[in-house]
Amino acid sequence: MVLLAVSFICFLIFRFTGDPVLMLAGKYATQQEREQVRIAYGLDRPFYVQYANFLGNALKGNFGKSYISQVDALDTILERFPATFELALTAICISLLAGVLLGVVVSIKPKSLVSRLIMAGSLGGISIPTFLMGILWVMLFAVFLEWLPPFGRGETVQIGPWRTGFLTLDGLKHIIMPALTLSGYQLAVILRLTRAGMREVLSEEYIKTAWSKGLSPFTVIVKHALRNVLIPVVTIAGLSFGELIAFSIVTESIFQWPGMGNLLLVSIFETDHPVIVTYIMMAACIILAINILVDLLYAWLNPKIQYN
Amino acid sequence: MIKNILQSNLVYSFVRDISAIAGAMVLVVFIFCALFAPVLAPMDPYDLTTVELSNSLMAPAWMETGSLSFPLGTDDQGRGILSTILFGLRTSLMVGFSVVVISSILGIIFGMLGGYYGGILDAFIMRTADTVFAFSTTLLAILLLGIFQSRNIWTVVFAICIAGWVKYARTIRGSVLEVKENAYITAAKASGAKDFRILFRHVLPNALPPVFVLMAVDLAVVIMLEATLSFLGVGVPITEPSLGMMISIGKNYIYAGMWWMVLFPGLTLILLVVAINLFSDWLRDEMNPKLALRS
Repeated sequence: MVLLAVSFICFLIFRFTGDPVLMLAGKYATQQEREQVRIAYGLDRPFYVQYANFLGNALKGNFGKSYISQVDALDTILERFPATFELALTAICISLLAGVLLGVVVSIKPKSLVSRLIMAGSLGGISIPTFLMGILWVMLFAVFLEWLPPFGRGETVQIGPWRTGFLTLDGLKHIIMPALTLSGYQLAVILRLTRAGMREVLSEEYIKTAWSKGLSPFTVIVKHALRNVLIPVVTIAGLSFGELIAFSIVTESIFQWPGMGNLLLVSIFETDHPVIVTYIMMAACIILAINILVDLLYAWLNPKIQYN
Repeated sequence: MIKNILQSNLVYSFVRDISAIAGAMVLVVFIFCALFAPVLAPMDPYDLTTVELSNSLMAPAWMETGSLSFPLGTDDQGRGILSTILFGLRTSLMVGFSVVVISSILGIIFGMLGGYYGGILDAFIMRTADTVFAFSTTLLAILLLGIFQSRNIWTVVFAICIAGWVKYARTIRGSVLEVKENAYITAAKASGAKDFRILFRHVLPNALPPVFVLMAVDLAVVIMLEATLSFLGVGVPITEPSLGMMISIGKNYIYAGMWWMVLFPGLTLILLVVAINLFSDWLRDEMNPKLALRS
């Protein structure tokens, strides 16, 4: 249902912003040439026929050809998918692991110097926009210290249809800064959520019971307390996936990462509608899928909730 | 009247909260700078008669190649960084405040209608909100602006509002659901008040406090978002001053060691956002009595 609505909006965009004929045929085409283009792309037929065609083709995975490169829009985007996926995956891992770990540290020893530093850092993580954070990393590690490469994906290895940067040292070096940049905001949010949750849970009766039973601190904190905190943390992390996609566009633009986000920006500047529309449809599918997954995961983690 | 305000709990707690005062003061200074930018700025960076290319890429005044007429250096077009920052603050704050006001009004209307009437209307509004929410404000704003052919400050405001009203609608709907169960609403209905009157005289005032907090938090978010959009090149056009755009231009020169074009607008942006966040933290604690009891 949602997908249908999104597809309809996409189609409207596709059709009514700017004249595609002008785009396709070029500014200097004659009237006759324009007519030819109009018929060749089916733009002369009535509105609903065009939408039905669009929908039918979209279901078959055919979103038309890029206006600029004349290559299949879906292929163009899928070719860029591995780069974005690897970046996003690394960023999610960093923000979940580091966020939860630091959140636990802060909640166990709230008054120590380390905790104060971590909390100050998390305020920074929330107050510094992603793009600025990325540029500051570049200034520090690439320009000033010259430790890490400032842009690109480095050497990659092709495995079947998948082009990975995980398997070469160069590729790994290239992913550090973009992944740190992309994970920054989510890390701060997860840290704060974990801290808030832990503070609440640690004062509960059953934690006192666990302590008084003489269990080791690890068991109490990880097995008894953290488990109950993780449910909302995982949910929020999953539900903010749209945000992650948005910030991947920003990150990719800073580091010239050859992913989908960068492609989208280039397509926007070239008004390459088929690619933009395909990107939107793909983003919608991914976000919907993640939302459904989170719902299921939530029910699985918390047996109190049941879906009929 | 003034005496009453000064003796209120709100003022009392504000005066005792140093970080809130600091945040509010920085914010006031920034707003002042933005309002009087044409007077305060050493030059008008968008007046072509005063901008000279020969002044481009100059370092800040205290460095060897700097000059006193450009305290914080110049960019690649010969515009003074300090002047451009002052004009950029105008854009940031103008977009920030307009978006917060417009999207909160949209959110209040939709949230109130949904929460008060329920049924299909509510379901429709909330499903739309869910979808918009899943896409996230940032992504939706980027996509919308990517589609618009001509861009100016108001298309940016429009796009962020379209993407941003949902959090207000959700918040206000939640409080309306709570408020409408109260006896005074039943009393108002019994005394024959019209729906419109009940909504605006009885429901709205009691459902507003969480919206104020949200507006304060959202102001920081929107200012960051505007900068992000301008940085990506889908925000305000190149002819308008913007902190995000300055950083995006400056980014090309950091490898040549010209850090001032990124660092000064960047620090301004961070300071502005931190100031708003400190203020909104205080406001949140104040408007939420539950939190105060706990701590």
